[in-house]
Amino acid sequence: MSMQQVSARKMGRWALAAGLLALAAAGSAHALEWNLQPAATKIAEDIHSLHEYVMALIVVIFFGVFGVMFYSIFAHRKSNGHKAANFHENTTVEIVWTVIPLLILIGIAWPVTKTVIAQKDTSNSDMTIKVTGYQWKWGYDYIKGEGEGISFVSQLATPRDQIEGRAAKGEHYLLEVDNEVVVPVGKKVRILTTAADVIHSWGLNAFGVKQDAIPGFVRDTHFTATKIGTYRGQCVELCGKEHGFMPIVVRVVSAEDYTKWVDGEKKKMAALADDPTKTYTLDELKARGEKTYTANCVACHQATGKGMPPAFPPLDGSKIALGPKDAHILQVLNGKAGTAMAAFGKQLNDTEIAAVVTYERNSWGNKTGEAIQPAEVKALRK
Amino acid sequence: MSAVLDDHGHDHGHDDHHHGYSGIMRWITTTNHKDIGTLYLWFSFTMFMVGGVMALVIRAELFTPGLQIVNPDFFNQMTTMHGLIMVFGAIMPAFVGFANWLIPMQIGAPDMAFARMNNWSFWLLPFAGALLIISFFMPGGAPGVGWTMYAPLTVQMGIGMDFTIFAIHILGMSSIMGSINIVTTVLNMRAPGMTLMKMPLFCWTWLITAYLLIASMPVLAGAVTMTLTDRHFGTSFFNAAGGGDPVLYQHIFWFFGHPEVYIIILPAFGVISQIIPAFSRKPLFGYASMVYATASIAILSFIVWAHHMYTVGMPVTGQLFFMYATTLIAVPTAAKMFNWLATMWRGSLTFETPMLFALGFLFLFAIGGFSGLVLALAAVDIQLQDTYYVVAHFHYVMVAGALFTAFAGIYFWLPKWTGRMYNETLGKVHFWLSMIFFNMIFFVQHFLGLAGMPRRIPDYPLQFETWNKISSIGAFGFGLSQLLFLYIVVKAITSGEKAADKQWEGADSLEWTHLPSPAPYHSFETPPVVK
Repeated sequence: MSMQQVSARKMGRWALAAGLLALAAAGSAHALEWNLQPAATKIAEDIHSLHEYVMALIVVIFFGVFGVMFYSIFAHRKSNGHKAANFHENTTVEIVWTVIPLLILIGIAWPVTKTVIAQKDTSNSDMTIKVTGYQWKWGYDYIKGEGEGISFVSQLATPRDQIEGRAAKGEHYLLEVDNEVVVPVGKKVRILTTAADVIHSWGLNAFGVKQDAIPGFVRDTHFTATKIGTYRGQCVELCGKEHGFMPIVVRVVSAEDYTKWVDGEKKKMAALADDPTKTYTLDELKARGEKTYTANCVACHQATGKGMPPAFPPLDGSKIALGPKDAHILQVLNGKAGTAMAAFGKQLNDTEIAAVVTYERNSWGNKTGEAIQPAEVKALRK
Repeated sequence: MSAVLDDHGHDHGHDDHHHGYSGIMRWITTTNHKDIGTLYLWFSFTMFMVGGVMALVIRAELFTPGLQIVNPDFFNQMTTMHGLIMVFGAIMPAFVGFANWLIPMQIGAPDMAFARMNNWSFWLLPFAGALLIISFFMPGGAPGVGWTMYAPLTVQMGIGMDFTIFAIHILGMSSIMGSINIVTTVLNMRAPGMTLMKMPLFCWTWLITAYLLIASMPVLAGAVTMTLTDRHFGTSFFNAAGGGDPVLYQHIFWFFGHPEVYIIILPAFGVISQIIPAFSRKPLFGYASMVYATASIAILSFIVWAHHMYTVGMPVTGQLFFMYATTLIAVPTAAKMFNWLATMWRGSLTFETPMLFALGFLFLFAIGGFSGLVLALAAVDIQLQDTYYVVAHFHYVMVAGALFTAFAGIYFWLPKWTGRMYNETLGKVHFWLSMIFFNMIFFVQHFLGLAGMPRRIPDYPLQFETWNKISSIGAFGFGLSQLLFLYIVVKAITSGEKAADKQWEGADSLEWTHLPSPAPYHSFETPPVVK
């Protein structure tokens, strides 16, 4: 029996014995599993204290009201020979217990209103990052402020082997990505959210931020991180099969480190930029295509190319992968309406699309021998 | 009290004499409110078991991190169908079953107003339930979109989605017909002297609920129809590329969805308002204010829908309006709690199984109400939206609120319906098992939600493991405990002790004071006179 199982049992017994106390503790304890994550912005701190304030009121009211009930349960039982009284209304009492909750609610609403207004105030930001939800990864574009022009896609870095139980799970299981968002500490960052396919939701508990990413619309939120560190969260709006596997990781760094990071990213982007006019050999394209396939296609179509029919069709032996190449390229560029097949035209460049199409047409049982060149993809883009 | 138990002898000869068919055809063709009530309750229990098994699949997968039992696609189908089946197949039909059995007896009417329509509203249900289940066997399986069926994810689903949409249309028709029947019965068929303000509170809560259903079910039908035409007929109601808006779906859905919450809980309030006075041996405190509170909750339920949508990016005024309107619901709800406590106060209390479930309801529904208050606060909800805190909250309301009340009601009226008593000891065991395991499942989910665990995920980060394990163990305990309930009910029906006509000392509505146990097949053919 593992340590975790033992502790689960202990906790289980404990939880049974002290359910009510736990409710009280939820408002004040700070261990990660009990409460909101440690705050890293002013707004998250405000939410903490609001939650504690409301929980304190709730616990007092709860014990007050159920104290009365339990007194009645013990004192007014028939088995004690208690005879029933016959009263059944009292206007004064009824007015009092309508007005008091109303006053308590006003006492709660006032401080909450101030925080709601602060949460919605996205003006005067120092920089702006556009976040795009895709099935199932996040795209980030730094569109204003230092780092303008940086753009990358961020997706789950936890290996499939850990998820499927063939390898031990790492410390940040399901909360690690290949490309982390980096922001400077103390700067007001405005986040614009949108999505390419279905609704996703971008948020971080430690920042007190959550904003749905809605296809076709741009919504905004903001945060000003007060502490250097790495903060982790997950997509919180059901977005299909891999909804549980699109984490959000934001690394908050000092202003100097941020400048260094920006320089590094810019150089990396320049080095990575592909020349869409270049001609590649079949092997080069297949090698590049395998990487692109693993990053983008494998969740549905599977490494074996067998897919998960009928929702996620096989590519091995498929009509599209063995048919006219233009139709195949167009399907990857534009997706297929009414299915989970996404449009990759905006996520992948011409070289990547050429490579992945080549890979799909020359892997498993598919042997077309065709090497698709980036120029052919470019020609098919609208 | 007039033509009371003296009808008794002559009624008994008549009692088991059903005009028309026998065997299975009796049930298919029946227009008797008691038969139809029974059908509703057994259908509800069957769906409760089906939805429960789905919940266990979910909890089994979540017992430990990693993907073990099901793939993520099937997991999503489970969460979706668990929700739809429990809401539309289990909880709602259960309370319609109560309404059918009780409303005519409590207002002194011979049957429901539209007896044939009543038959049809029930017999639509098995077809709707079958459509939901058949969707699993369609290409692509059942929809994996969550019970809320948010656009545009629904457009990506296979033909199972269309089955679900048609199932919802049929369920909606059934509910609307049932509601028209209830409104007409309550307004037109009360016995002489049974004024509206003398009706048992259960009838009042159902009258108000029926109006909520008539107003809100067509809205849901509209939302799913728009989804259907977006899927197949090229419309763009929820597709931005065609000039639509995915968030429009959410507004329409929740304009139905919030009243739906009260559709489920108001009849439960009614049942509790019958049971607590009976076991306190004291009249319900503040009857009139209970009626007004129920009506206020119903009206408020139409102006709070967007509190389900605090993270879609509403303007600040929207956030504030829906926050204030939502918190306002706490006022009439608190008044109800206080009225129930005042009913118990200085009563002469006993604690048979129905009372235990009613007290369990008060206790747990209060927790669900308080977590609802926390969620209503837009600023705090940003942290909790779409996390396990929400899952915990609505299960406190749906399971401890509605399901516990349904148990309470069944234990309370079983003697009247069948003429036989359940085993009191086993009933109490069922209560305590349900109470303990329920809290084990859902109390810890508050912590998961606060710590940020999203709902509807098949796998989770390691720090959430402990609470998930406890929750899963609780789920299996809770599921098994319900087999005990089935045993208790079947045992009572087949070989329970004979029940008295007025089994509960403090019960005072017409079915207890004017009718024998079991209630005859046709009751109140001549109306009683109520003073």
